[in-house]
Formats: sequence, C-alpha cells, structure tokens
Amino acid sequence: MKKNALGAAVVVLLLACAAYAAFFIAPTDAKQGVVYRIIFLHVPSAETGLVSFFICFIANVAYVLKRQPKWDWMGIAAAEVGLAFTTVCLITGPIWAKPIWGIWWTWDARLTSTAVLWLLYVAYLMLRTLIEEPERRALLSALFGIFAFIDVPLVFGSIRWWRTQHPQPVIMGGPGSGLDPTMKAVLFFCWAPMLALMILLMHSRYRLEAMRGDLDVVRREAEAA
Amino acid sequence: MKNLNSVFAAYLIAWGVFFIYYVSVARRAAALKDELERLKSSLNQSANRGK
Repeated sequence: MKKNALGAAVVVLLLACAAYAAFFIAPTDAKQGVVYRIIFLHVPSAETGLVSFFICFIANVAYVLKRQPKWDWMGIAAAEVGLAFTTVCLITGPIWAKPIWGIWWTWDARLTSTAVLWLLYVAYLMLRTLIEEPERRALLSALFGIFAFIDVPLVFGSIRWWRTQHPQPVIMGGPGSGLDPTMKAVLFFCWAPMLALMILLMHSRYRLEAMRGDLDVVRREAEAA
Repeated sequence: MKNLNSVFAAYLIAWGVFFIYYVSVARRAAALKDELERLKSSLNQSANRGK
C-alpha cells in the first residue's frame, strides 16, 4: 500500500513537471499560438493508449497459447488502461481541433479509426461482463482482443497512408515533417510521465483482477463447504 | 493568449479522467478486499464449527 502511494506521488510529481515544461519551456507556435500546447497531452496520451493495447495483444496471445489466468488479468488491465488514455486522446483532440480547424470532429481516417478502436475495446470490456464461466470468458475475450488489435496499425498508419484532415506525423514522419528541437524534447519529456502513469494504473488494475481470481477460488471453497 | 481556456480545459479534463479512473480502481479493490476477508472469516468459522 505504501509502495503504491509512493508510486502515485512520483507520477503526480512527474505530471506536474511535464505540465511546467509544456506551459513554460516549450516555445509558442507561430501559427497556432498557445492552443498547440495541447499536443503535449494529446500525442503522449494517444501513443500511451496504443502501447497499452499492444500489451493487451501480447497478453491475449499469451493466454491463448498458455491458458494461464495471469495473462487474462494482464489483458483486462491493459485494455482498460488503454481505453482511459484513448478517451483522453478523443477528448483533447476536439478541444484542439475547434479553434484550429473550425470544427470539433470530422470523419477522416485517423479520427474514425481511433473512434472505432475505442468502441472495439469498450466491446472487449462488455463481452467480459456477459460470460460467467472464467475460462470461457478469458478465452473468448482474448480472441476478441486479438481481433480488436487489428485496428491499432490502422490508427498508426492512417496519417501516413491517406491524406487526412488530421496533421501528418511530426515524429517518425516523412521528409519535411518534424518539430522545433525544444518542442520535440518537451514532447518526449511529457511522454515519460504518461508511461509511468500507465504502469501505475496497469499495476493497480492487475492486482484488482488477481484479487478477483482469489475471490472466485474462496467462493468455490465456500460453496463446496 | 487566445484559446488559453481551451488548453486549461484539456488539461483539467485529462487529469480528471485519470484521477477518476485511479479512484475507481482503488475503490473496487477495497470493496473486493472486504468481501474476500468476509468470505475467509466465514469459511474459518464454519470450519471451526465442524471441529
């Protein structure tokens, strides 16, 4: 418990440092003005969401191959945390889009594939509530999670493969793309607390699921007694 | 400083989402822990009665 509180305190401190860097160290964008600073929240949360879904995919494949409950717990933890980060991405995107594009939302490849990704992982969580039997629930949700992950490369590639309303990538983009070096450094600096937050949330969520597993065992013992 | 409100709104909402999620996980964990303790103690009681 003490370790958890210490971890949470470190993450909060890192997030505060990231916010300071985003507001006071990164220079103001000449074209967009101050509103571009949402990038330091929007991009790291989007990327962290994709990392979480990748972890979920690895856990889902591992469960299908090994059938160990720990991989099921890891899968659900990663899916839920990824959904939290993708929710933040889907909220901060329109807040940034409105003053710059003049619209909150458009059905372009990046925005649509991200919305579909969000819905797929909501379906993954809903599926788990519909199946009572633990092994069947774990297997079916792992198979669904593997299917849902197909959308992740689409989200990543959408702004590289198609011309979209959403800007082209500023990191790992083609020639002519990129960011001012200070902005880029701040962006990477802001990603670190997001990853730390992801680990903290995933760890807490994994422990919760492990406890649920223990509870199932004790319940079965109580029913048998 | 045009659109500064949008930047603050984005940060507040994002931190709010993470905070609410963290609290919801902590509350679910606390509820499960209570239930686990309750079940374990009732199992122990019935085992003692059996002796």
